[in-house]
Amino acid sequence: MIWLGIDTANMPLSVAIVKDGTILAEVNSSMAVNHSLRAMPVIEELFATVQLQPKDIDAIAVSEGPGSYTGVRIGVTIAKTLAWTLKKPLFGVSSLKVLAANAVYFDGLICPIVDARRNNVYAGVYEFVDGGLTAIAEDGHFAIENLLDVLASKERPVLFVGKDVAMHEELMKERLKENAVIAPFPLQLPRASSLIFIAQQSGQEENTHAFTPEYRRIAEAEANWLMQQRKDQDNE
Amino acid sequence: MDKDMYILGIETSCDETAASVVKNGHEIVSNVVASQIQSQQRFGGVVPEIASRHHVEQITLVIEEALAEANLAPSDLDAVAVTEGPGLVGALLIGINAAKAFAFANGLPIVGVHHIAGHIYANQLMQPMEFPLLALIVSGGHTELVLMEKHGSFKLIGETRDDAAGEAYDKVARVLGLPYPGGPHIDKLALESDEAVDFPRAWLEPDSYDFSFSGLKSAVINYKHNIEQKGGEVNPSHVAAGFQQSVVDVLTEKTSRAAKEYGVKQVIAAGGVAANKGLRASLDAVFEKEGLPFYVPPISLCTDNAAMIAAAGTSMFVSGKRGTMEMNGRPGMELVSWND
Repeated sequence: MIWLGIDTANMPLSVAIVKDGTILAEVNSSMAVNHSLRAMPVIEELFATVQLQPKDIDAIAVSEGPGSYTGVRIGVTIAKTLAWTLKKPLFGVSSLKVLAANAVYFDGLICPIVDARRNNVYAGVYEFVDGGLTAIAEDGHFAIENLLDVLASKERPVLFVGKDVAMHEELMKERLKENAVIAPFPLQLPRASSLIFIAQQSGQEENTHAFTPEYRRIAEAEANWLMQQRKDQDNE
Repeated sequence: MDKDMYILGIETSCDETAASVVKNGHEIVSNVVASQIQSQQRFGGVVPEIASRHHVEQITLVIEEALAEANLAPSDLDAVAVTEGPGLVGALLIGINAAKAFAFANGLPIVGVHHIAGHIYANQLMQPMEFPLLALIVSGGHTELVLMEKHGSFKLIGETRDDAAGEAYDKVARVLGLPYPGGPHIDKLALESDEAVDFPRAWLEPDSYDFSFSGLKSAVINYKHNIEQKGGEVNPSHVAAGFQQSVVDVLTEKTSRAAKEYGVKQVIAAGGVAANKGLRASLDAVFEKEGLPFYVPPISLCTDNAAMIAAAGTSMFVSGKRGTMEMNGRPGMELVSWND
């Protein structure tokens, strides 16, 4: 089985080709470059490196978000187009679970974090149980303060993973005291090989045409519209 | 052309997800458009984030349908043409990345097409273009007069200095309380009205082919305000008729004057506002009198579609133009000739 994995959900870019449980090639980067400029060239380059044709792959795994709306859509669009036209199965995996996979042997809670501006984060809470990652709480969009309060109440060590952790490190240590553990920099970036691993272990095949990102937030215009609808209803 | 050439076109620059196969640059084999109008109506206009979300839901389905209707496999295609810009960047990126992934998977070349070149080439799907040719492009984002000496050669001779014609239509429609998109509603009211409010026409400098519609929009707002302050009630039909007459008069006069000055053999109109019945009738009448061939594509080819992108893309492809896997969305892309 040959797998292609793609993660463009946030600033880091990761693409991997895995064959029968071996990483043939993987590219990881974290630069402020539009994914539309880099993602397809990196994919093309990776196929050339491992001397495979697009039709040689057997399955595709993609990071489905949450994260940057535009970023996640680029990866998802590429993945679903490849899966559809090559007639290969498509697997979507949480971008946060991919980050959590960097820290699987941690004894405690694993909290992958992606900054969402204005003191908000996308975050999940995972635990490594019986050789796999179990979600303790659903991935979501949280005010960092609220998230840390909930984590503090668990009274367990929490490992924070992700390159945006540094932005909130002080607050984490203030709220969780010695229970706040910060993952070192080699564990900062999501890896497409982990994405493939999770898809193989616990992934569910997607309906390719219907597959869309997990935004974990409705668009602002839609939120405003819903609020207006409710107001109108109350006034009636 | 010895062998038939099939190009897949993809268009996602605004709120239509579209794919089409065009044969030899002028024959539509399939033309699929998934519109978001119903969803976007809630917001009274196109919300970029909502548009992008819909595109990613629709994109592979729309391409699949275009190929199925054409009864072609990817291996039957010669190239993929996609709108590179201008437009909403997040929306453009969906079509571009789908096009790149599709081209990569199937070993096909890719061509990045300017949206307005597409609107112009919509005419090539109806009848062969004859040069020199004058194109009036009128849509929600554009109001331009473009001179073409040959295929793939564009000279901008006039453009709007503020609002696009379609933008003015949408804004005035909102002032009159008409639903989005406003253009067709104003057109309908204007055609039914027996009376028209007299609004100013922005002619600008005597020799200019540029346009300006923001003053007209303000005039409509002021007119409504004045009437309402005096306790009166505005008749939307009379306002629509007056507004439409002002827009149509300026567009018609400038197009006709440019056609004469440049001695063109053919005049075409393109873009969403070219679907406007009042504008079509006025241009038809003027050029019939002058004995100059004037064409407007059917409404389905005036609004955003991918057949026009495939048609323009074919001309680019034949001229040797190729895009790369680094193609990015270009929201402010300028119309550049590909055949100098």
